[in-house]
Amino acid sequence: MERFEKFTGGRIEKRFELLQKEGEKALIPFITAGDPDLEVTKSLLLEIERSGADLIEVGVPFSDPIADGPIIQKSYQRALKKGVSLRKIIALIKDIRGEIRIPIILMTAYNLLYHYGETEFVRDAVSAGIDGIIVPDLPPEEASSLIELTRGTGLDVIFLLAPTSTQDRIKDICKKSQGFIYYISLTGVTGVRESLADDIRDKISEIKRISEKPVAIGFGISNPEQAVVAAELADGVVVGSAIVKIIEENIDRSDLTATVGSFIKGLKRGMQGK
Amino acid sequence: MLPDSKGHFDIFGGRYVIETLMPAIEGLELAYRDARADKDFNEELTYYLKEYAGRPTPLYYARRLTEKLGGARIYLKREDLNHTGAHKITNTIGQALLAKRMKKQRVIAETGAGQHGVATATAAALFGLKCEVFMGEEDIERQALNVFRMRLLGTKVIPVSSGTRTLKDAINEAMRNWIATVRDTHYIIGSVVGPHPYPMMVRDFQSIIGKEAKEQVLSKEGRLPDICVACVGGGSNAIGLFYPFQNDKGVCFVGVEAGGEGLETERHGASLSAGSQGVLHGSMSYLLQDGDGQISPTHSVSAGLDYPGVGPEHSYYKESRRAEYVTVTDKEALDAFQLLSETEGIIPALESAHAIAYVTKFAPEMNKNRVVIICLSGRGDKDVEMVEKILKRSY
Repeated sequence: MERFEKFTGGRIEKRFELLQKEGEKALIPFITAGDPDLEVTKSLLLEIERSGADLIEVGVPFSDPIADGPIIQKSYQRALKKGVSLRKIIALIKDIRGEIRIPIILMTAYNLLYHYGETEFVRDAVSAGIDGIIVPDLPPEEASSLIELTRGTGLDVIFLLAPTSTQDRIKDICKKSQGFIYYISLTGVTGVRESLADDIRDKISEIKRISEKPVAIGFGISNPEQAVVAAELADGVVVGSAIVKIIEENIDRSDLTATVGSFIKGLKRGMQGK
Repeated sequence: MLPDSKGHFDIFGGRYVIETLMPAIEGLELAYRDARADKDFNEELTYYLKEYAGRPTPLYYARRLTEKLGGARIYLKREDLNHTGAHKITNTIGQALLAKRMKKQRVIAETGAGQHGVATATAAALFGLKCEVFMGEEDIERQALNVFRMRLLGTKVIPVSSGTRTLKDAINEAMRNWIATVRDTHYIIGSVVGPHPYPMMVRDFQSIIGKEAKEQVLSKEGRLPDICVACVGGGSNAIGLFYPFQNDKGVCFVGVEAGGEGLETERHGASLSAGSQGVLHGSMSYLLQDGDGQISPTHSVSAGLDYPGVGPEHSYYKESRRAEYVTVTDKEALDAFQLLSETEGIIPALESAHAIAYVTKFAPEMNKNRVVIICLSGRGDKDVEMVEKILKRSY
């Protein structure tokens, strides 16, 4: 534990720097914590790192996830039935932080964080070795206290940009987002999609003209082919619903972890051009 | 003047939405402020409210109810006499005109009791907009008449099967749809909830209720009322009545929430009376939630009050003690539903029956020269069938 608390500062940034040197793009798998239970989450996190992920995004289940499609909604319901909470998730990450080298990012609805207490959350997240936090329903306008509290702690507050973002907002969010910038690839909620949105390329170049920070593309990236395209455009790719769907389909099987692992390996191989 | 430029009523309100929607709500605020400053927009709005919706609605002295209770003089602000049978049309005409002005061809809405859905479907038909309404499956069952009305008006009703299958989930689904369609769609939120500018904008549209009531009570009684009472789900009819009186210190406000089967049962919808602060549907307000911040299931006999949140301005009124918030149970609301029907020949919506029920508790104790205004936010036709079922069971 000690060793990680000392090195929390900028682990996400360092990871992207390293990848850039190697000419690679970041693969960022997303799973819902507690789906189907926290024990399985633990083995999934370990397997995801072993399978070549560069960062991991862990979703905190919420009763009313506005930005999520049916796949992630259902996973949140499964996890909530098991009594999963933000407190238990932070404890789990603290528990396995020593076994995982890659950055861990938490994604949560603001109400859960608010209810936990911003100050207490930042304290506990930092002590657990969490590297970044994504709060989709907390735009920078409402995030000033969270930004202030995380200053100098090494906990990055990652903001999102969308296809609808105006130039003024892009400038502001590029400035405020830490670690990387999360680009929402489509005008819609999370989910599996047939194809990528047409305007990704233009929007990413617009962001790249404004900021040197790494950009990761998420929402709707569902298979290795799409991951390859997205990786060509940006610095990283978040794959969520496609993985959560595999978990749903294999939920009672003993080879669940291995099945997820081989999907991640396929994504990573695709992105490495192998 | 509240809210501030970022939509805050002190700590409440604000804009807690995903980035995809932020440009749209910023644009909506600009369009709204621009429209409000435009004489043509205001004239057009006034025209439709008068010629189409039937405003102003009467402030009716409920003589027999007053005599029966034997205390304060009771007036009913007859929002039930608006076209489509509730105050909701006032807001939907305003927002539909705004949608047209923003060149959005499609509108969406959520609905609980179906009143806002019908009012949105009506405004969409009136102005030739494409309309889809999200409604929880449980509400579709208990408000079948309103579902058919919406379909007659050319609106597509989309059943929502997630969560508790009521108003909260209808808003979730409407917001998800809006995230995907925001470029050509305006979301007509039906109450003073949601991200800024909705709580302010819906309040402004609905405050015509209080403006009219103020003029009317002054001409009938020569004085301001002592108490204004309204039911509170999201709270749009209540804010509409209260807001124009907010600087009149002698006028007390009472918001009546859904007590359901009682606050001790957890089967209720009393966010202000029994909830805590948090963020849902884009703003900071009082919520019904568990110890982790997960939203709690709610219950009310009236679909329109069956909601775990409340408008941020009500939370501000609660904290600043400008208004008092109380609850009545399903049973008390059903009694008041029958009482008003029998004494005045007016069948109220179950939502509005909550306000009446609370007045029956305190009006008898009040001096006869005191004046109470109740917002009769809607008529009860939609509830008749369900009330019959409930009463049959208990006979």
